[in-house]
Amino acid sequence: MLTAYDKPLPVIDEDSKGYWEHARAHRLSVQVCRACRHRHFPPTPVCPACLSDAQSWEPVSGHGTLVSWVTFHRAYWTAFRDDLPYHVCLVQLDGGPLVVGNFVGDIPQNAAMGMPMKVQFDDVTPEISLAKFVPA
Amino acid sequence: MNPMQDLSNRVAVVGVGNTRYGDFPDVSDYALGAQAFKLALDDCGLEKNAVDGLLTCRVPFYAHMGEILGLNPRWTMTLPGHGRMSGMAITEAMLALETGAANYVALIYTNIGRSRRMNYGGDEFATFWDPWGLTSPGASHGLMFRMHMERYGTTTRQLGEVSVAFRNNAILNPDAVMRKPITLDDHATARRIVEPLGLLDYCLVNDGAVCMILTTRERAADLNKPPVLISGVGARDAFERSAIGNFDQEFWYDEVREAGTNAYEMAGVTHDDIDALMCYDNFTPTVLFSLEGLGFCERGEAGAFVQNGALGLNGRLPTNTDGGHLSNSYMQGWALNVEAVRQLRGECGARQVADCEVVQYVAATPCTRSIIYTKG
Repeated sequence: MLTAYDKPLPVIDEDSKGYWEHARAHRLSVQVCRACRHRHFPPTPVCPACLSDAQSWEPVSGHGTLVSWVTFHRAYWTAFRDDLPYHVCLVQLDGGPLVVGNFVGDIPQNAAMGMPMKVQFDDVTPEISLAKFVPA
Repeated sequence: MNPMQDLSNRVAVVGVGNTRYGDFPDVSDYALGAQAFKLALDDCGLEKNAVDGLLTCRVPFYAHMGEILGLNPRWTMTLPGHGRMSGMAITEAMLALETGAANYVALIYTNIGRSRRMNYGGDEFATFWDPWGLTSPGASHGLMFRMHMERYGTTTRQLGEVSVAFRNNAILNPDAVMRKPITLDDHATARRIVEPLGLLDYCLVNDGAVCMILTTRERAADLNKPPVLISGVGARDAFERSAIGNFDQEFWYDEVREAGTNAYEMAGVTHDDIDALMCYDNFTPTVLFSLEGLGFCERGEAGAFVQNGALGLNGRLPTNTDGGHLSNSYMQGWALNVEAVRQLRGECGARQVADCEVVQYVAATPCTRSIIYTKG
């Protein structure tokens, strides 16, 4: 029996449901407007470009480039305390929006802005898989 | 041309007041607000019941504030406790006075975040990114500063120059919370919070309240203190790129440039005329972003610009002469606007900028604002 996962879990709603379904199947996806093809993330109830509410979740390659990263030495949630220091990274997806993730493991050697990255999912609960990143 | 050009020099700040700053678990935000209001009234000599405009910021309930102060305004507005709101609030009050919606506006800001143990992250500010552990405005500024380091070679030691300069200014300010001298090495060895940022890159969190009273230039002539005029304002928001709170890949460069340019044009000055800068400093990197956006240096060169005490009282650009949010007080822009007024009145004692005639306020945020004040 696994110990209960006590870090923050996503609030899944009508707008984000599609993202988390893809994530559970280890597919990274972005929200795409069916009217104007605008791609955006995180989810919004209407397309920020044309205001259409006809939107869908489309898988992307999971490849991108490293934009930035930080290391937390403070736990704003108790459940992160044992992970300190932990890292958060920003990745610009190829042809798509900016996403937040964690490195799988430590900060990659020679980490630098522009470093090619690819997604790797972490199944943190039976329902939730988080997108994390490793050098491509 | 700034479309608000005609409003230049028509509205004045006539009264300012601030409470003590610190940790006051037994004092309510309303009590602090009332204290600041009374101090600002005393400062200008205005009769309380002449106040017919009330703007509250970070006050839980505007009507209760008005009840406590015994006010029945004909113009009331309330804004949330975000740092970006101070410049917006002052601009709104200027518009209300110009249109005749009010004759005397009191702007009251209160903050009890210290004594009530606010964390500025975690469950207080739930976002889509919580599962990855990304939280807090400080982390967003850490992400931006990492990008500045990667793009331009800026160093954390250059951030230390900002911390040390503002601390040195605070030492000359009797109201300031932090007055113990610090060195660049202290900055470098301070506890890391969200790396690349450490404790001395973060603003303080303290209780306190600030009040400003504004009126028209004509009415200002009848009050106690020499009026300080609002000569220029500029504004640009960047909500479209705000999916990560308090973060922008371009550090709001275009927005700061536009807000600054509009304020300079409206005031009829350039950045060369600025005698002191009051720069929103929630975190040290924000100061670098502001200096670049306003054109005090080229893009990417703010790290070099701030070296050798450039932002100190005797530096090339005296900045946050009260110590700013880093060392004076976390009044979310309000205390900086009050400091601008006091500098132009010549009331700053040991920290007075010589021959101070033009002071600029700027807040580089998703709602960027700049205000230029001049001597009336």
